[in-house]
Amino acid sequence: MDNFAILTVIVVVYLFVVAYLGYYGYRKTKNATDYLVAGRSTHPYIMALSYGATFISTSAIVGFGGAAALFGMGLLWLTFLNIFFGIFIAFVVFGKRTRKIGRNLDAHTFPEFLGRRFDSRFIQGFAGITVFLLMPLYASAVLIGAARFIENTFAGVNYNTAILIYTLIICAYVLAGGLKGVMYTDALQGTIMFVGMLVLAVYTYSTLGGVIDSHQALTNMADKVPAKLAAIGHQGWTSMPALGSPLWWQLVSTIVLGVGIGVLAQPQLVVRFMTVKSSRELNRAVLSGGIFILAMTGVAFVVGALSNVFFYEHTAYKAISLAVAKGNIDSIIPLYVNSAMPVWFVYLFMITLLSAAMSTSSSQFHTMGSAFGRDFFEKTLFRGKQFLYTVSLTRIGIVLGVIATVILGYNLPGSVIAIATAIFFGFCATMFLPSFVGALFWKGMTRAGAVSSVVVGFFGSACWLLFVHQKESEALGLCKLVFGKASLAAGTVWAMVDPIVVILPISFVVAFGVSMWTKKMPQEHLDACFKHM
Amino acid sequence: MLGIADPQIWLAYVLCILSTILCVYYGAKNWDKGDEPVYPEDVTWAEDEKKATAEN
Repeated sequence: MDNFAILTVIVVVYLFVVAYLGYYGYRKTKNATDYLVAGRSTHPYIMALSYGATFISTSAIVGFGGAAALFGMGLLWLTFLNIFFGIFIAFVVFGKRTRKIGRNLDAHTFPEFLGRRFDSRFIQGFAGITVFLLMPLYASAVLIGAARFIENTFAGVNYNTAILIYTLIICAYVLAGGLKGVMYTDALQGTIMFVGMLVLAVYTYSTLGGVIDSHQALTNMADKVPAKLAAIGHQGWTSMPALGSPLWWQLVSTIVLGVGIGVLAQPQLVVRFMTVKSSRELNRAVLSGGIFILAMTGVAFVVGALSNVFFYEHTAYKAISLAVAKGNIDSIIPLYVNSAMPVWFVYLFMITLLSAAMSTSSSQFHTMGSAFGRDFFEKTLFRGKQFLYTVSLTRIGIVLGVIATVILGYNLPGSVIAIATAIFFGFCATMFLPSFVGALFWKGMTRAGAVSSVVVGFFGSACWLLFVHQKESEALGLCKLVFGKASLAAGTVWAMVDPIVVILPISFVVAFGVSMWTKKMPQEHLDACFKHM
Repeated sequence: MLGIADPQIWLAYVLCILSTILCVYYGAKNWDKGDEPVYPEDVTWAEDEKKATAEN
């Protein structure tokens, strides 16, 4: 049997196990009381791994791992933020209040949470439609990550076919709607991801001579940085880029801050807090969540950076990873795994990535569907009235989301996974973070304050990307068309600064300022929101 | 330190490990804290969530 046949068998068996666990979990929690009780008797290990599986995808492992091969170990700042903000602050500070307020308001999506907290149909509708329109960018990043691995693993499969294969798998998975939100499947996927990444870390460090020696070998390669990268601030893979250089701004403002802070306001993650049974489960999940994220992004970023040592010193390429991948950083991790690791691990890693992608993709598509059907149409346009076709609208939303994602997957250029993910995370932060923080912690935030912040966050980020941040404004071309130049700030530092650095503070100031001068939320509404707290 | 030249990088490396230790410590210390009674709002929420899940 050739490799492709073996892998096909493994994938099919894996999908059957996932389907069975989904069915088993679904049967076990038939009614609402079972659903509430299930969490109390479930082992905390299962509870905790299900969070991480939704959080981490092929975008983090393949996309950002590849980015680490370019930028170096500076990406570990993102791992630190992932653990500190994405787990500790998110669970301990945000999660507990989100769960209680969400239950009090009977909110089931993130736009609905904000809409009900500020008694604003506009917020729910606007948040719903923007999430629906922007999330395909992030979903396509996950799709591309999976497709790049398939493409680089099988000689006979090109990138377009790989996208089609993954899309078919994910469609079958998402359409089996009963699997949604069931902990057992997520926990299985989380376990596979954990084992896969742990083996990758141990194997990489031992192949390259141990922790310190492999780091030292990477440090010693600083003179191999291509002149083109050195000119924009690259100082080696174990050094930060030169302070204030284009590469420094991209690493610090777009990748580290954009994704590290943006994680706090992710629609598909915030809903997870509402589904946990009590604050105790969140306390317990912090323990495994921290270890899990270290094993995911920590390993991916270190291995990504160290792939330069492997390709330069241990292969016939005698070149850095970027050159081996012909300039496409999204292909670096797949190429590394296929070149450095034994065949049995390539199979394990394929399942690892499939697990990482499926658990995230399914929550993304369901979030898009509910944002379109429930938040935008049912609750906003139909003003809460239920029609027979409301359910169909959610399904139509999922289908449209899948189509948009696949179109982007086919058309986006190379080296795009980390950037696409960062843009989505950045948008979520500037649009939602101020009103989300206010919703949880400040009874004085008004409806007008929240609405203003959401609108300023969205249009501010959009304008910054279209007309100022040169990496995107140049690619999109609208600035050139209207003003005749690639960026209104071309030649200045602002052309390199990510929207999150400028628009997020503005969005916070607007939320606070407008709330100071507008009508407060009624006391009885606030009492209902903060009941049992 | 750790074979890494730039203190900004090894600081990030160390902070990753320290923040993980913080998570482990917090989780272990509060392992049995935070259990809460089931309020009527929880039951309503779970019923509606189940309905929404079944519809999708």
